[in-house]
Amino acid sequence: MQRNHNHTTIVTIEKVIDETPTVRTLVFSDEIMSNVLPGQFAMVWIPGINELPMSIMISKESGKAAFTVRKHGPASTGLFNIKEGQQIGVRGPYGNSFDVKKGNLLLVGGGTGLVPMMRLLTFVKPTDNVTVLIGAKSKDEVFFESLANNLLENNPHKVIVSTDDGSYGEKGYVTDLVEKLVSENHYDGVYVCGPEIMMHKTVLAANSRKIFVQASLERMMKCGVGICGSCCVGEDLVCKDGTIFDGEHLSQNKEFGIFHRNKAGILENY
Amino acid sequence: MEPSITTSLGQIQLERPVMLASGILGISLDVFNRIHRSGAGAVVTKSLSTEPWDGYPNPTIFSVGGGGWMNAVGLSNPGAPNFAKMIKPNHDVPIIVSLVGSIPKDFELMIEQFENCKVTAYELNLSCPHVAKVGLEVGDDPELVKEIVTTAKNSTNVPIIAKVGLGTTHYLKTVGTAIESGIDAITAINTVRAMAIDVETQRPILSNKFGGLSGTPIKPIALRCVYEISSKYDIPIIGCGGISTWEDAVEFFLAGASAIQLGSAVGDNWINVFDDINKGILKYMQKKNYSTIKEMVGLAKKS
Repeated sequence: MQRNHNHTTIVTIEKVIDETPTVRTLVFSDEIMSNVLPGQFAMVWIPGINELPMSIMISKESGKAAFTVRKHGPASTGLFNIKEGQQIGVRGPYGNSFDVKKGNLLLVGGGTGLVPMMRLLTFVKPTDNVTVLIGAKSKDEVFFESLANNLLENNPHKVIVSTDDGSYGEKGYVTDLVEKLVSENHYDGVYVCGPEIMMHKTVLAANSRKIFVQASLERMMKCGVGICGSCCVGEDLVCKDGTIFDGEHLSQNKEFGIFHRNKAGILENY
Repeated sequence: MEPSITTSLGQIQLERPVMLASGILGISLDVFNRIHRSGAGAVVTKSLSTEPWDGYPNPTIFSVGGGGWMNAVGLSNPGAPNFAKMIKPNHDVPIIVSLVGSIPKDFELMIEQFENCKVTAYELNLSCPHVAKVGLEVGDDPELVKEIVTTAKNSTNVPIIAKVGLGTTHYLKTVGTAIESGIDAITAINTVRAMAIDVETQRPILSNKFGGLSGTPIKPIALRCVYEISSKYDIPIIGCGGISTWEDAVEFFLAGASAIQLGSAVGDNWINVFDDINKGILKYMQKKNYSTIKEMVGLAKKS
């Protein structure tokens, strides 16, 4: 019988990988989740704790998928604390996916915003010239650098890390690097996922040079299927119309980069 | 002549008979505009309280299959004052403001907030099945229903609708009380108190354990209620519960509803569902030679 993607399927965590002191990757077997498009997400149930939207991470092994989570609030900390052998629920996949262009590509990821970028790397052509920018606060928080290099071993590529405090890679904000790269090079596509301000600056930098850019937005979500309305940004629903939006579309959105909604649905400034 | 799908519920005039039900997507004016453009005749807001409410932790919504959905969102909403501010610039969208509260004063205070807003009607939520002290617990108390409806009616000239559901007091009694207190229309029904348990982890899925069942599985129940209300009382009825196709909508008209609301269908078919249903109703009217919705309201009772 075909699985109802809106119903929760229970999976067992088979492996837990410590990426940084606050970030872990949880690997599980699931054919459907292993084959999702880059940028798609799942609603992940941590029994007894909460349910939250998570971008679906790749796994080296076929038939497997993963979630990479940073411990932050009660829900993400609950997921972070899941041990091997414990069960979680997944429903989805939900959302649209990146429109993967050919040629010179720039991928920008901050923190767990790198997750959809890693899956995107599995969709690039060997002829594409790919630059990956990884932004982190400090050396401790850098992850997926070697994974990005491995995924791109057959491509002309660069993986550049920048840390806010300069403890690793280049010093400064990743958006300053974006600004520099898009002003010096031609790109056929720019893709960004991370903190909203980072995405906003990246979109502005690309838009002002008429470069195709897409951002994967994050909002508080309850249903994931376009019923509850919690994730609206202007008139867009992140779960249903996104999570990926074209820069041109975002430039018309009054809330992108400025507001998000709290649990009660009240607009708050970033 | 082209049939018209405009409809009226007492003083409430609607360009189209299909509305967005309360609790669904009803959080920002931009989204309301989009849903209106998609074909909804009106949008009903999330139920608003006097203060902002966060609602329950997730999981709050999931599918139980077969077009059925389970939810216990917990009436999360920005509160009536914030909401009134947000919809103040609205001129184009017929907005029905849903209100939830425990005592008559709550409703009076909330209606006051909307004095300078364009509001098509208020819908009193007397039937949410998963939050204590409000909703169904209020609807189950005839004395409180009487006081709340009377207070709401005295607070505004805008029409007041009562949304009823299946509680411990017979809903027909609640409807009767609301009518005696001056209500202008009835929405029937709310979600039905229900639960789901995950067999693998052996625990209720909803964080609140109990929630409301909506969608296709409750359609025949909602239809029966509309038929019973229209058989017993002379009051405009809005049918709500599991409607996802034009055939469902027409069934509710034939049972006695003059308009319908839908919510779960948005989860399965997204917002194209409004226009699809409008078009289906129009075709049916052409085929049956009706020029107005009114001609078919309650027809199933003739036999």
